[in-house]
Amino acid sequence: MSSPSTGSLPRILTIATNAFREAVRDRVLYNLIVFVLLITVSAVFLSELSGGHAGRVITNLGLTAILFIGTFIAIFVGVSLVWKEIEKRTVFSIFAKPVGRTEFLVGRYLGLAATLFVNIAVMGAGLSLALLFVGDRPLAAAIWPAILLIFLELSVTTAVAILFSSFSTPALSAMLTFLIFVIGHFSSTIKELAGALASPAAKAIVEAIYYGLPNYRVFSFITETSNYMLPTGRMMAGAVAYAFGLTAVVLSIASIVFSRRDMK
Amino acid sequence: MDHVIEIDGLSKEYETGFWRKRRTLALDGLTLSVRPGQIFGFLGGNGAGKTTTIKTLMRLQFPTGGSARILGRDISDIETHRRIGYSPENPYFYDYLTASELMDYFGRLFGIDPDTRRRRADELLTAVGIEDKDRRRQLRKFSKGMLQRVSLAQALINEPELVFLDEPMSGLDPVGRREIRELIAGLRDRGVTVFMSTHILSDIEALCDEVAILRAGRLAASGTLSDLLEDSGDARSLEIIVRGVEADEIRERVELVAGATLAAKPNGVSVIVLDETDIDAVLQIARESGGRLASISPVKQSLEELFVRQTE
Ligand SMILES: Nc1ncnc2c1ncn2[C@@H]1O[C@H](COP(=O)(O)OP(=O)(O)O)[C@@H](O)[C@H]1O
Ligand SMILES: [Mg+2]
Repeated sequence: MSSPSTGSLPRILTIATNAFREAVRDRVLYNLIVFVLLITVSAVFLSELSGGHAGRVITNLGLTAILFIGTFIAIFVGVSLVWKEIEKRTVFSIFAKPVGRTEFLVGRYLGLAATLFVNIAVMGAGLSLALLFVGDRPLAAAIWPAILLIFLELSVTTAVAILFSSFSTPALSAMLTFLIFVIGHFSSTIKELAGALASPAAKAIVEAIYYGLPNYRVFSFITETSNYMLPTGRMMAGAVAYAFGLTAVVLSIASIVFSRRDMK
Repeated sequence: MDHVIEIDGLSKEYETGFWRKRRTLALDGLTLSVRPGQIFGFLGGNGAGKTTTIKTLMRLQFPTGGSARILGRDISDIETHRRIGYSPENPYFYDYLTASELMDYFGRLFGIDPDTRRRRADELLTAVGIEDKDRRRQLRKFSKGMLQRVSLAQALINEPELVFLDEPMSGLDPVGRREIRELIAGLRDRGVTVFMSTHILSDIEALCDEVAILRAGRLAASGTLSDLLEDSGDARSLEIIVRGVEADEIRERVELVAGATLAAKPNGVSVIVLDETDIDAVLQIARESGGRLASISPVKQSLEELFVRQTE
């Protein structure tokens, strides 16, 4: 198993660029139209609302939509990102070239991450414009840290989707990834549950789940943002570090699994 | 380096079925070496293990036993892939790319600079007969034969010393086959070693220097084509064609000649004798019944017979 070396970078970037091109040509960016429509319509209707209400509602709605649309893409494109290449046998000619399995996996991952980045940035710009339209200048700027946090969360979700799809079917992988997404957002509930349990064994199990699974609360700042709050620098730095660390671990495991697989 | 490919006791067992595991031994201790500068034919019926062998050499799959070396290095060392090319069986590529984009993408994976990439892509697509207007179409609109041609072109983007072609003629029409045949012959002329799996016998006769015949994952026969054909044929048998008689008129008497066999054919009565000393006796019988000699020729075992015999 060849591990990536310095010479790997150009190949990884080449693969990432191609994965990005694939997403664009497979019309992954079409969701933007849906989003723009949603935001425009709600902006027009909600602009009737009094005071600062319109901005808060649009922010809440818009950021939630960005999170869900982004998660949807991360899961559905993510689970087929590598699987599809094996299934369609496009990997055959790739791996006969001096391309390592890890390079391929990382390249595909970065390609989808770039797609999500562009996607989210465009949706964010649409949301900003809608907020300017209803006259809420502070929120038009304040949404961006929350959008960055959403992007970090989607990077993790993408890695998780790739990990599952490296050893199971896309349908199962999508379900498991979605499960992780849900559990990740309710992890504080899990922790509370652990505290409330009487049996030490049950407590240990629930705590293991809490610490073993990703905690997506770290990336959640939607409600706070619509209440005109800004995340601290500390929170942002922590979220970035957490996302990078988690992604690295998850992709490493995926890479180990993928590197041992036969391409059928 | 004596051999560009050295396969040593290579085995591959597939496990299929999730709950109840079934095993298929696709390769069973295959040992084989290929010398440089030739077109090597890798023959075998469906399911003999040709594709499995090539995929294992390409590191797409991991062997369950044995080892193999390409250009002197173990197959686990994918640095060797800089110097080889591969065209898969039933090739399939990113269908959202055009032929030119695919070539460019693959060229970049080798770290070839943009100008060289473009030039080679143009040359190679021309060589395999993909026309200018088709190069800007997405591959999803390509026929099987066109994909086969693109596959050959992409296998050569890095100017390899050694190429692996898995059924390179499948999906091609007769004209296409002749063109690709000429292209493959041209590779050998430039010193490239070609390892080619196929079951199209006329292609082997036209192209291959040495062949190996695979049967159930094992080597059934190998050597130069002419050696193999002579070895297993009855080298000195002769076929005599006589006309002007019916087969049945002379059958009884001819079959008294030791080992002679007789058959009615469209071009006359065919008598096969084991040795030239029997010719006179057969001719005598034929003439007495009013027949005349049409031709005498040595019997060569055809590749088809060899193939059928070795793969059954
Ligand atoms: N991915 C696979 N899983 C299970 N069995 C396989 C797989 N690929 C090939 N086989 C089996 O291995 C044997 C050899 O197949 P293959 O190498 O494709 O033969 P060939 O290319 O000579 O036609 C066949 O019996 C085939 O069914
Ligand atoms: Mg095959």
